[in-house]
Amino acid sequence: MKYLAIQATNISKQYRLGEVGTGTISHDLNRFWHKIRGNEDPYLKIGEINDRSLTASREYVWSLKDINFNIEQGDAVGIIGRNGAGKSTLLKLLSKVTKPTTGSFKINGRIASLLEVGTGFNPEMTGRENIYLNGAILGMRRNEITRKFDEIVDFSGVEKYIDTPVKRYSSGMYVRLAFAVAAHLESEILIIDEVLAVGDSEFQKKCLGKMGDVSKGDGRTVLFVSHNLAAVQTLCNKGLVLENGLINYQGASKKALDFYVSSGNSSSSFYEVITKNNNDIHKIQIVDSNDNLRNNFNFNESIKLLFSFNLLSNYVDKVEFGFQVIDHRDRIVFSNNKKIASFLPDANNNFHVECIIPKSILVPNTYKITTALHIPNVSYISRLEEKVMFNIEETGTDFYQYSGADYGCVFIDCEWRNR
Amino acid sequence: MKIEQQWTEEIKSSNSLFSINIKEVWSYRDLLIMFVKKEYITFYKQTILGPIWFFIQPILTTLIYVLLFGQIAKLSTDGTPQIAFYLSGITLWNYFSECLTKTSSVFRDHAAIMGKVYFPRLIMPLSIVFSGLMKFAIQFGLFIVVILYFTFIEESIRPNVWVLITPFLILLMASFSLGMGMIFSALTTKYKDLVFLLTFGIQLLMYATPVVYSITSIPEKFKWIFKLNPLTGIFECFRYGFLGKGSFEFSSLIMSTINILIILIVGVVIFNKVEKSFMDTV
Repeated sequence: MKYLAIQATNISKQYRLGEVGTGTISHDLNRFWHKIRGNEDPYLKIGEINDRSLTASREYVWSLKDINFNIEQGDAVGIIGRNGAGKSTLLKLLSKVTKPTTGSFKINGRIASLLEVGTGFNPEMTGRENIYLNGAILGMRRNEITRKFDEIVDFSGVEKYIDTPVKRYSSGMYVRLAFAVAAHLESEILIIDEVLAVGDSEFQKKCLGKMGDVSKGDGRTVLFVSHNLAAVQTLCNKGLVLENGLINYQGASKKALDFYVSSGNSSSSFYEVITKNNNDIHKIQIVDSNDNLRNNFNFNESIKLLFSFNLLSNYVDKVEFGFQVIDHRDRIVFSNNKKIASFLPDANNNFHVECIIPKSILVPNTYKITTALHIPNVSYISRLEEKVMFNIEETGTDFYQYSGADYGCVFIDCEWRNR
Repeated sequence: MKIEQQWTEEIKSSNSLFSINIKEVWSYRDLLIMFVKKEYITFYKQTILGPIWFFIQPILTTLIYVLLFGQIAKLSTDGTPQIAFYLSGITLWNYFSECLTKTSSVFRDHAAIMGKVYFPRLIMPLSIVFSGLMKFAIQFGLFIVVILYFTFIEESIRPNVWVLITPFLILLMASFSLGMGMIFSALTTKYKDLVFLLTFGIQLLMYATPVVYSITSIPEKFKWIFKLNPLTGIFECFRYGFLGKGSFEFSSLIMSTINILIILIVGVVIFNKVEKSFMDTV
């Protein structure tokens, strides 16, 4: 049996919506009144689960609701979830920045948390002074920092500027120095929140490498929150999927990632016009190979597009149906058209067609789709611009090391050989 | 063989009122030193005249007080030189009011750093009190020069052995401003209006403290107000030691010490209660 590093029991965190401060006195007094009579806090009951898409009808929301989990010593756990799922709240509770509303954590070992790089860096102070200040803020003793000073400077690669005030640093140097301090913390448990979203790719790789050493080599426990799924995949052996303040999946990181990718919000994978006119596009759907609505796909999954449109028979000969795939930089990646004559309509001149985008071509990114019924080089009959979108998630393609950089839109498996 | 699972720490949703971890604060003493050093460094690096500013403010204030309270209002200084009298009050008062103002807004001023990383929050107000000593030391130096001048050149004052109690007086004042500041800091995170009240309150408190006048010139029926103010004992004792005159009573210093101790304990308890969840309201 492995020992536990963290045990979370019934963790909930409630936040107040809207303007904090208005009406607080009355609420506080009410709370106090309930407390002295030995009753439950009246405001703890009325919270709703955390779902941003619904308009909250109450003033309080649960950012986390009854979370239970165990983390074993030496595990590297990736915490994944969409924006607002409660990831950062969880890390904040674990790093003792704020306390849970209910429940408790049991912890074995010293926790070092890195919710931000360079917390407390002072621009007026030199790099050397900031290493000591930042180290102390993160809980290091002075002699501990002195012992590791050379190692830290070496890792950061800013040796030349170590006695210059950090306000003269470039933002990259600043981040390097800050991460270097944090990376040399000696703690049994390390909590990291998306700090790798900064710095150039070379440095990112270095950070990822360092974190890998921390979890695999030193046997320390790591909790890692990131949107960089590839980084989660490479660094973590366990995964925790949060959604709306609840744990949706807990298990091996590979399975957690698959779960996360396929559970995505599917509202933007479906579009239907309200009034269905003749000679018009009616519906667009993005589905996976099992015809389930999805808009998150793995790189090695094919994507199926379903279209429904109406076209009166006297046009069928001239008209084509087509779509464009547009990337997040508004570049048209490719377009594809088909003569309507090759499809069969139903009795009311409605066409239902599908098109499969082959797997392993579009690189991890977000893509929008524009569709059109048109007579080539003459005119549009109907057009729906960017109504649906899908993501190719980065789950460990060779591209992850360039994340953030523009490495093109498509993957071409070129042939290489010696000559 | 099965070994029992061990836990080193537990994070709970509620803490008992007196769960103050002094040991933890002590283990973070290096951070306290770094914060004080930061204050020191940033102060020097931002100004041209540096610590000169620390002299200008008390000198000008003293001159104005001499003109206003000494020459125009003709308040009694117990026969001591007006400059030395006012400067002694200003030096002490500056330290107290600065510590109180800064500690009372400590959560709001440092929300950015406290929202990202944990350290015993008590370190922050402590660092304010210690950093304040730096400025106080400089102004106190100025005061000593003035005292030496009046003792040996003018020969108009005679300091006595009570001078030696000064470190204790400073400790008392630091504890008082720390205690009061922590009580207010707990309230200002939630109710920001109190910040305005406090600025105003500190101004008023100066007039309820023997800064610009001597306690001897207070009519008997108002003296109870000054007895309530723990600062009275400190200021009177300080003046009695350095200026050799005044109406210092040892019992009032004892009373001040007890009151300040109570306020400090209440302050620490309240601060400890608030520090765990202030991030949600600040």
